[in-house]
Amino acid sequence: MTGAQMIVEALKREGVEVIFGYPGGAVIDIYDELYKTPEIKHVLVRHEQGAAHAADGYARSTGKVGVCLVTSGPGATNTVTGIATAYMDSIPVVILTGQVPTRLIGNDAFQEVDITGITRPCTKHNFLVKRTEDLPWVLKAAFHIARTGRPGPVLVDLPKDVQQGKAEFHWPEEIRLRSYQPVYDPHPRQVERAYRLLESSTRPVVLVGGGVIASGAHEELLELAERLHLPVTMTLMGLGGFPGTHPQSLGMLGMHGTYYANMAVANSDLILAVGARFDDRVTGKVDAFAPMAKIIHIDIDPTSIQKNVRVDVPIVGDCKRALEKLLQIVKEVGRPEKIWREQFKDWWEQIEIWKKRYPLTYKQDPEYIKPQFVIEKLYELTRGEAIVATEVGQNQMWTAQYYKFDRPRTLITSGGLGTMGFGFPAAIGAQMGNPGKLVIDVAGDGSIQMNIQEMATAMEQGLPIKVIILNNGYLGMVRQWQELFYERRYSAVKFQVLPDFVKLAEAYGALGLRATRPEEVEPVLKQALESDRLTLVDIHIAPEEGVFPMVPAGRATTEMILV
Amino acid sequence: MAEKKHTLSVLVENTPGALARIAGLFSGRGFNIDSLCVAETLDPTLSHLTLVTRGDELIIEQIIKQLRRLIDVYKVVDVTEEEEFVEREMALIKVRAEKETRAEVLRMCDIFRCKVVDVSPRTYTIEVTGPQSKLQAVIELLKPIGIKEIVRTGLIAMKREKKSV
Repeated sequence: MTGAQMIVEALKREGVEVIFGYPGGAVIDIYDELYKTPEIKHVLVRHEQGAAHAADGYARSTGKVGVCLVTSGPGATNTVTGIATAYMDSIPVVILTGQVPTRLIGNDAFQEVDITGITRPCTKHNFLVKRTEDLPWVLKAAFHIARTGRPGPVLVDLPKDVQQGKAEFHWPEEIRLRSYQPVYDPHPRQVERAYRLLESSTRPVVLVGGGVIASGAHEELLELAERLHLPVTMTLMGLGGFPGTHPQSLGMLGMHGTYYANMAVANSDLILAVGARFDDRVTGKVDAFAPMAKIIHIDIDPTSIQKNVRVDVPIVGDCKRALEKLLQIVKEVGRPEKIWREQFKDWWEQIEIWKKRYPLTYKQDPEYIKPQFVIEKLYELTRGEAIVATEVGQNQMWTAQYYKFDRPRTLITSGGLGTMGFGFPAAIGAQMGNPGKLVIDVAGDGSIQMNIQEMATAMEQGLPIKVIILNNGYLGMVRQWQELFYERRYSAVKFQVLPDFVKLAEAYGALGLRATRPEEVEPVLKQALESDRLTLVDIHIAPEEGVFPMVPAGRATTEMILV
Repeated sequence: MAEKKHTLSVLVENTPGALARIAGLFSGRGFNIDSLCVAETLDPTLSHLTLVTRGDELIIEQIIKQLRRLIDVYKVVDVTEEEEFVEREMALIKVRAEKETRAEVLRMCDIFRCKVVDVSPRTYTIEVTGPQSKLQAVIELLKPIGIKEIVRTGLIAMKREKKSV
């Protein structure tokens, strides 16, 4: 078997259904094999960054490993932003890059780049394969590492002569790496300690992070929260890990979180953090974060624990298994639900006061379309059942605040890296992985232009994605910071030239729609949702609308600008 | 929290890139490396790495966890936390040895049990092995005589076996 045949065979054995990629000299042999392999669908993107994000969006929305295939040199470097995006959000992706023949490595050959060197700090692991016979093992290991433990991107660099060489194909059914043994089962004594803390607390909050979604722990979480009557708040990555419409949901916390979520966390005496990593956007000023709270921290990655905040009960393990164990104790002890309710009664009363004092809200305007209104309408019209990708900036925060995500894997957003241009290609990946479902990308006029070339990809694949552009003619989030903290010096945030998005859509063969007045929003959104092809909706929103509440960077989360 | 020196003993897969991952981890996350010593172990598929670093308790905890998180890292032990351990470093010191100081240098070698490994008309090259305190003492004493060049290996360390029966 040739190396290229082995690579494709390995992909088949790993159950890969779709690859996002772009060919080039160093991967022609693999592409030649893919030509003969109809069972693996190849999606030809228009830029390699799009391929990496699409593989990521596929992984986020399906829970499977996303795969991306690109050539050496610029093909490989173009994926780096996508790789770093997946790394920051712990998304399982395997990136296959072509490489110059082994004898030319280090020679500054044509389209040569040291991609394993470049991606070392932004991959979970990477490999440079030097011998054809190593391919099956390396590829097996790559998928294994990507999907187990704390998931993440794994890059495999494939020199051209390794693809062309011949060897026998030995597929390892099982793989065991002595240096990589993630801990799944939580320490029982730690879980018991956690339970005792819950029993003795009077002002608890559950803090849900992306780990709940990655480990599929949402059902256990719901059961625990309901049984103990706990308030639940979510990080951006945790949205959908607990139903946003649930009466016990406080919505998102942090920089643009709700007033009541931030107040609840700040005044709590116990935080049960599940698969969250206490990012600076969540904690605000760390020294002032939840000063009275003891912290129970469940995470599969020991480095997340005790990194940013001190933790009283660390629980290293899979979120799902840890919550199962905790529930088991809850059931064994068998404290009646009434007692739990009684215990947190005063706390809930306080939370209700905060909720009433500053609910999540905005002012309607008769002339201008408010972006929050657009997201609310979108939520209403889709009954909350769409998979919603976002770009990064204001569009992302309004979506996080006003679209109530009830189920995991329905919000596809770049949380950690904050990558503009992520949403649209990620939506392509999500739609490829969920053919029957409604997939929406909420975009800004800035970020959509960062990967707009992928419209051709979506058209080619016949994907009926709906792109909702909240068009304010500004790089809105930066403008908002300049307005609030830089005395309105709007430096380099106003676009003097914007394309006509409707005509642009039409140029690609897509449907283009526009709304400029509040009363047009609903009919235009309806028309978009009924469309059976790629649809771009250009919504002209109030140009200087801000995202509120807001905690200024580096301040305590109780110091919110509410407006 | 007080900053303290820690000696970490690390077993890693003997693969290309493993050392780069470790060095990159330290530079990327702003941790310090005072010294680093790497060589093959009895098992040729594993390398042993002794790393001296500094930081408060939380930083050292992060460093150890981050090292363990690397796929190629097999084992990390904070030797400093062990009750008893042996530490050694070696230095080659090229020292000026003129007519009037040659005897003095040799006497110092004798006291510190150093070896003269190269002799030229105007220099001695001395090999000195021991804990870092001893190396420091030798260097301080030789400085006034005139050190031309020093090369040090960096620290290596090993846990002592229990002596009770």
